Amino acid sequence: MSDLAIGAGAMAPARAVRAAVAYNEDVVKKFTIAAMFWAVVAFTVGVLLALQLAFPIFNLGLEFTGFGRLRPVHTSAAIFAFGGSALIGTSFYVVQRTCRARLFGGEALANFVFWGYQFFIVMAALSYVMGYSQSMEYAEPEWHLDVFLTIVWVAYGIAFIGTVFLREEPHIYVANWFYMAFIITIAVLHLGNNMALPVSFFEAKSYSVYTGVQSALVQWWYGHNAVGFFLTAGFLGMMYYFIPKQANRPVYSYRLSVVHFWSLIFMYIWAGPHHLHYTSLPDWAQTVGMVFSIILWMPSWGGMINGLMTLSGAWDKLRTDPGLRFSVTAVGFYGMSTFEGPMMSIKEVNGLAHYTDWVVGHVHSGALGWVAFISFGAIYYLVPALWRRSGLYSHRLAEWHFWIATLGIVLYITSMWVAGIMQGLMWRAYDKFGFLQYSFAESVNAMHPYYVIRMLGGVMFLTGGLIMAYNLIMTVRSPATDIRPARAVAAGA
Amino acid sequence: MADNIASGDDASRGEHDPVTGRSTTGHDWDGLKELNTPLPKWWFWTFVATVVWGIGYAVVYPSVPWINSYYPGLIGYSQRATVTADVQKLATQRAEVMTKLNAVPLAEVKQDDALYAVAMAAGRLAFAENCQACHGAGGQGRPGFPALAGDAWIWGGSLDAIRQTVTYGIRSPHPDARISQMPRFGADAILTPAEIGQVTDFVMTLYDPAAPAGAGAADGAKVFEENCAACHGEKGEGMREVGAPALRSSVHLYGDTREAVRAQIATPKQGVMPNWNTRLDEATIRAVTLYVHGLGGGE
Repeated sequence: MSDLAIGAGAMAPARAVRAAVAYNEDVVKKFTIAAMFWAVVAFTVGVLLALQLAFPIFNLGLEFTGFGRLRPVHTSAAIFAFGGSALIGTSFYVVQRTCRARLFGGEALANFVFWGYQFFIVMAALSYVMGYSQSMEYAEPEWHLDVFLTIVWVAYGIAFIGTVFLREEPHIYVANWFYMAFIITIAVLHLGNNMALPVSFFEAKSYSVYTGVQSALVQWWYGHNAVGFFLTAGFLGMMYYFIPKQANRPVYSYRLSVVHFWSLIFMYIWAGPHHLHYTSLPDWAQTVGMVFSIILWMPSWGGMINGLMTLSGAWDKLRTDPGLRFSVTAVGFYGMSTFEGPMMSIKEVNGLAHYTDWVVGHVHSGALGWVAFISFGAIYYLVPALWRRSGLYSHRLAEWHFWIATLGIVLYITSMWVAGIMQGLMWRAYDKFGFLQYSFAESVNAMHPYYVIRMLGGVMFLTGGLIMAYNLIMTVRSPATDIRPARAVAAGA
Repeated sequence: MADNIASGDDASRGEHDPVTGRSTTGHDWDGLKELNTPLPKWWFWTFVATVVWGIGYAVVYPSVPWINSYYPGLIGYSQRATVTADVQKLATQRAEVMTKLNAVPLAEVKQDDALYAVAMAAGRLAFAENCQACHGAGGQGRPGFPALAGDAWIWGGSLDAIRQTVTYGIRSPHPDARISQMPRFGADAILTPAEIGQVTDFVMTLYDPAAPAGAGAADGAKVFEENCAACHGEKGEGMREVGAPALRSSVHLYGDTREAVRAQIATPKQGVMPNWNTRLDEATIRAVTLYVHGLGGGE
C-alpha cells in the first residue's frame, strides 16, 4: 500500500485525522479533455449526416464522405469516444475518492488505458472511412481492433477494480457498483459478439462465427446491452456521484439503489430480442425480449427517482449551478426515454415504430438528453475541481449552452416523432382496393421537412457544445484560485 | 479496513436529516451519504404489477424454448400464421378485380371506369416501387433511362408494345427479350476516327437543324447513309422494329452534346431493362402497362 501515498493518519481510527490521498488526477484531466474533444467531433459529424439525409449533395460524391461510412464514425465518436472517455475519466475520479485510494497500477497503467483507448478510437474511425467494417451496429471495428480493445479494456478493469480492492472505505459506493457492472458486462458483450474468424493473420477482413437469425440475436443481445450497460449503467454511476455532490445532499434511498441496481442488471440482459420483432426470430424469443423490456421500466425509473429525489431541499441550486441543471435535466430525459423504450418494445407499437425515424428520435432523446447532458453536468463540475479554479469562467455561457442544447434536443426528438409515426402510417396505408397507398419513395419525400428540422436541432446542440468547450478552455486559462486544494480531506473531516 | 469498521462506520451511526426527516445509513464516501428511505410504494407495486403481467403474458403467448420446439402459449398465437392470414385477406380483397383485369382486353379496360380506377391504383404503386428508380417519378426519364411520359418511344408506345417491353425486358436474360445492338463503330474500327467525327457533325444537324453545322457535316451525311440509315432511317427518324431510337427528337438517351454523341457512336452503351414477368404477376403487369400508357405518351 505504500505506493498509494496515503498519509500516516489514514489507518487511524477516527475520520477527523485522516490525511489526504494523492489521487491520480492527471489521467482524469486527460480523459476530460478527450471527452470534450470527441463530443465536438461527434456532434459535427452528426450535423453533417443530418445534412446528408436532408440534402444528399452533402455526401460530396466521395466514397470516404458518404453516409454509409460516416454513420459509424458518428455513432462511435458519440458512444465510445465521447461517452467512453467521459465514463472512464469520471470512473477514475469517482473510484479514487469514494474508496480513498490512489488509482491501482500507478501512472503507467492509467496512461496505457488513456492512450490505448484513444488509439483504438482513432484507428476505428479511420478504418470506417477507409471502408473496413464488420457491418454490425456499434461493433463495426474489425477483429484486430477488437483484440486491441480487449487488452485496453482488461487494463481498465484492473485499474478500476484494483482500486476498489484497495479501498480504505468499508463499503463500496453505489456509483462503483454501476461502473463495475458497466466494465464487466461490456467485456462479456464485446467478446461474445465479436467472435469471428479472420481471413488471414495479415488481413483486416473476418467472418463472424454466427450466421442467420442467431447472428441477429447475438448482435442485438450485444447492441441492446451496449445501451443498457454502457449508456445506462455507466452513466448511472456518473449520476450517483455528481448529483449528490452538486446538490450537496444525501442520496434519496439506499434501499432503492440496491433493488434497482440488481433488478436493472438482471432484466436488461434479456431485453435485446425486442429489436427483432416481426422477423424470423422465433415467437418465444420475441416474447422474452418484450416481457423483460416492460418489466425493466421500474428498475430504470429507480435511478430517476434516486436522482431527482436527492434534490429534496436543494432545488434552489438549479438556479445557481448550471452543471446541476444539466445533470437534473439529464435524469428527466432518462426517465422519458426509459418509459418510451418499454413502450416501443410492445409488439403492436413496434410494428408501427420499427425501421422508422421514431427509433432514431428515441435513441437521441437518450443520447443527447441523458448521456450527453449527464456528462456535461459532470464535466462542468470536474473542470474547476481538477484545475483548482473557484468556478466556471462564465455562468452565463453555461446557461446559454443549457438552453440552446435543450431546445436543440426538443427540435430533434419532436421532428423525429412526427417523421417516424408518419413513416409508419404511410408504410401500412392501403387504398380501398387493397393496394398500398404510398410507395417507399413517397414516404422518403415526406420526411424532408422533418430532416431539415432535425438538422437544425443538431446544429443547436453542436453550437452548445462549442460554447461549452470555449467556456471550459477559458476556465482552465483563468488564474488558479486553489480554492479547493483538498476536497477529500474537507469532506472526510 | 477493519479499523474503519471497528471505528463504527456502519448504519447504526446514521445521522438525522432535517429536510426529509429520515436518517442516513451511516456510510460516508468522500462526503456522500445515503438516506435510509424505504422503497417508494408506487414504485414497488408498479414493479410487482409488471412482473405479474409478464408472467401472465408468458403463459398466454409462446415463451419458453424446449430442445426442438417451444412452449406455444394458451391461445395458439403464431406470427407466421397471422401474417399468412393477412396476406391471404389482401389477396382475397384484390382477387375479383385482378381476375377481371386479366380477362378484359387491355384496350377495353379504359371503357370500364371502375376497372380502370383499380388498374391505375395498382399500376401507380407498382410503377413507383419497381420502375421509377430508373425512369423517374412520372416517367420523366434520365440519362440512360428513356422518358415514358413523352411520345419518343424506342420500342413503341401502344398498349401491347408496352406490355411486351415490361414483361420480357430489353436485353434481359429472357429468350423473348427485345434485343438490339448498335455496332461499336470506333472500338471495332468499323469507321475511322475522321469518319466518326464527320458523322457526329451530321447527327448534330439532325438534333438541331438551326445550329451552325460542323465542318464534317457534309461528308458525314454520306457516312450516315452507308452505316446508320439502315436502322435509324434516312432522316434519323428511327425504327421501332429494331429498337433504333429516332435521332431527331428529344430522345438523346445518352446526352446530346457533341462529345456524348461521338462517344455513343464510337463505343455505344447498351442499357438493360429486366424482364418483370418473374417479379410481377400478369394482372400487375397489365396495370403497370395501363399506367405507363396513361403517363402522356400512350399510342
